[in-house]
Amino acid sequence: MTALAELTADCRARLKPSQVITEPAELRTYECDGLSSYRSTPGVVVLAESTDDIAYVVGRCAALGVPFVARGSGTGLSGGALPRTDGVLIVTSRLNRIVHLAPDDERAVVEPGVINANLTSAAAPHGYYYAPDPSSQQVCSIGGNVAENSGGAHCLKYGFTAHHVTGLEVVMPDGSTEQFGGMAPDPVGYDVVGAVVGSEGTLGVVTEVTVRLLRTPQSVQTVLAAFRTIEAAGDAVSAIIAAGVLPAAIELMDALAIEAAEAAVHPNYPAGAGAVLIVELDGPSCEVVAQLADVERLCLSAQAFDIRIADGEAERGLIWKGRKSAFAAVGRISPDYIVQDGVIPRTALAEVLQAIDDVAAEAGLRVANVFHAGDGNLHPLVLFDESQGETERAEAVSNRIIELCLEHGGSITGEHGVGHDKVVHMGKMFSPVDLDVMQLVRCAFDPAGISNPGKVFPTPRLCGERPGRRSGAHPLQQAGVADVF
Amino acid sequence: MSSDLFRPTSIERLGEMLATASGDGRTVGIRGAGSKETWGAAGVEPDVVLSTRGLDRIVEHAAGDLVITVEAGVALAEVQRTVGSAGQWLALDPPEPGATVGGVIATAATGPRRLRFGTPRDLLIGITVVLADGTVARSGGKVVKNVAGYDLGKLFTGSFGTLGVIAECTFRLHPRPPALRVVTTSTDDPSAALQAVTKTGAEPTAAEWDGSTLTTVFESIESAAEQQADWVVGAIGGDAGSALPPGFGARPWEGMAVGLKLTHRIGAMCEALAVLARALPDAVVRAHVGSGVVLAGVDPGALAALESLRSSIAGLGGQVVVACAPDDVKRDVDVWGPVRGLAVMRRLKEQFDPDGLMCPGRFVVTP
Repeated sequence: MTALAELTADCRARLKPSQVITEPAELRTYECDGLSSYRSTPGVVVLAESTDDIAYVVGRCAALGVPFVARGSGTGLSGGALPRTDGVLIVTSRLNRIVHLAPDDERAVVEPGVINANLTSAAAPHGYYYAPDPSSQQVCSIGGNVAENSGGAHCLKYGFTAHHVTGLEVVMPDGSTEQFGGMAPDPVGYDVVGAVVGSEGTLGVVTEVTVRLLRTPQSVQTVLAAFRTIEAAGDAVSAIIAAGVLPAAIELMDALAIEAAEAAVHPNYPAGAGAVLIVELDGPSCEVVAQLADVERLCLSAQAFDIRIADGEAERGLIWKGRKSAFAAVGRISPDYIVQDGVIPRTALAEVLQAIDDVAAEAGLRVANVFHAGDGNLHPLVLFDESQGETERAEAVSNRIIELCLEHGGSITGEHGVGHDKVVHMGKMFSPVDLDVMQLVRCAFDPAGISNPGKVFPTPRLCGERPGRRSGAHPLQQAGVADVF
Repeated sequence: MSSDLFRPTSIERLGEMLATASGDGRTVGIRGAGSKETWGAAGVEPDVVLSTRGLDRIVEHAAGDLVITVEAGVALAEVQRTVGSAGQWLALDPPEPGATVGGVIATAATGPRRLRFGTPRDLLIGITVVLADGTVARSGGKVVKNVAGYDLGKLFTGSFGTLGVIAECTFRLHPRPPALRVVTTSTDDPSAALQAVTKTGAEPTAAEWDGSTLTTVFESIESAAEQQADWVVGAIGGDAGSALPPGFGARPWEGMAVGLKLTHRIGAMCEALAVLARALPDAVVRAHVGSGVVLAGVDPGALAALESLRSSIAGLGGQVVVACAPDDVKRDVDVWGPVRGLAVMRRLKEQFDPDGLMCPGRFVVTP
């Protein structure tokens, strides 16, 4: 019996029949996440219903040397939840309870399968919300957000998932369960919560998350400004930042992205726009009113030809709908496309956009640009037609865009993660030594390398004892009464 | 101190020095401005003291990108001067005079504006560290949004030098708001008072209570700062002005022997203050209202009540740390108290500093 077969038998004996999937047709449902260009049929899928379930499965994996991959809603865009044929895929979707909503403590404790938007819905009647808002928030899970350190349009002002998680329960790769942090701030010791958030499932499986809730701002205003050129829109962004305004979000879409959004969800953006800027301001009404006037003035100075201020939730929703559906909308204007995620210093925006244009023109392909302009997070969409044999060229353009980001001092990923997709780029951003040192963390958590192996790091580090002499033992340590760090 | 003093002037040289020291099995202490030497556990006297003051370069201030990269020995005040000329600031306000950036990160030191801007971990976007064996490594970057690789900056923040040396840091900056308005309100229930403030829609950047007076701070454009101060006076009374009161943000333990830091669930502030008042009626208190942190200055004798205070505060979700005290006092108490996730932390320490050479004993905990 193979290790995987033994593990499957163990799971069948321990769990309900509906929790263990081995039927080939059913397994295919889980062969990819939101990045469907990579597929791999999992050896077995376990639909976990409790922390105990996960601890059991992971414990068996550790004993049998079987790799495991955790998966939430499967919306990730870097192949982080790409399963392994020789391993188990642990699905956390059924762990979807909000365990504890504590508005007075400005915290909520949730299971990892809770849908991002549902948490805000639950907190809203108390006057609170959960800030990180990835575009997929209607379907993506908090557990997945924790794995990827997800951002969203509003992270310009409010930060990423890492800024909003204060406690974690983690099933460690040896099957033990550990708690880190909690409801109170500044937990004593190393910031393990900060290390686990964004580790893309390589340090264990998160089974409970304590998050910060923020008070719903008194006032929210959303501005849509249309420009003839993307350069003019970029100038407006720089002017807004230079004026000391910190909007909740600044989003930019170019003509091609606008065309796609119009075709898909009809947000009715101004006709003839080469670019639209969505600026959202929130906070106390007195501050928002003043900043709104500043933003309008600065957009006009940058040659905006149409400025609309959303009147009510419906108009605000429509403006955002165009933006948040942009990726999928591109499917309306191109048979195939690649979503890229890179970051540049905001001041390099004009230069990098021009370079992307040049690269695309040279390859004879179109690139639609949608991005979080406030923090320089680009989401170029490379359009191509597989049936015309354009796939390789499109991948080359997409890769070249990442190199452009690095050449300008940026990052290979702003929010989608490294996953499987960007492992090849890690060595361009970090030296082998940097990557080795990062993997010391991996060795502390998962010396056997069974937690989502093959993701994030191009070369796994061998976790062995290093030679060396010990010295300087603390008296308390010698006496056996304390740990000394 | 009888330890040798190293004062490298480059990160490369720092790496060489540590490689040599660790090769000889020598233990290493790290010192910036020395403003927090009394923080953390007493530690063992190291064989070598490494001063970061030679690492004093401001590497790059990218004003348009609201980002700065500095070496660890640069004083926080110097960072503020540099970015202040561009109308910006690094939104960290621990009060220790002369404190270096490296020291602030190594101790995760905060001030009252953490209410709005968070703690050092939230603003650090890139870090260069040097491990005990001299290995120089980098994580993060110089763009605010970046999820590539593990975030070593988070692990090193608050590590008290026990994982390695923080050599260079890159921070996210914020625009410096043009106007300041301050409301001081006399109250014995600061938690309820702050609740009433936020219900008006006002968003203070800081809220501090000194045992009798709640100070709420608004930093924004003139009209908005003014308006919010008016709302506060309307909601809870008090006096509005445009200057911070004397002692704002100061440590309550200044001039006293021992400093305590209590944390608690934000909603349990009232209970936390009551617990503290019962256990240590003579404590001098300053609280970061709305952040879940209470600081207190006490006499060494008060530490007799430490463990009972710890068990009461644990019931409010928090912890009690002896933030600072003379070495002889600290040797007799458990400075840090119980630690969640200790087994994993021990494994991290073993990976980063297998020989236990870095700042031995600064982080001592009972299992």
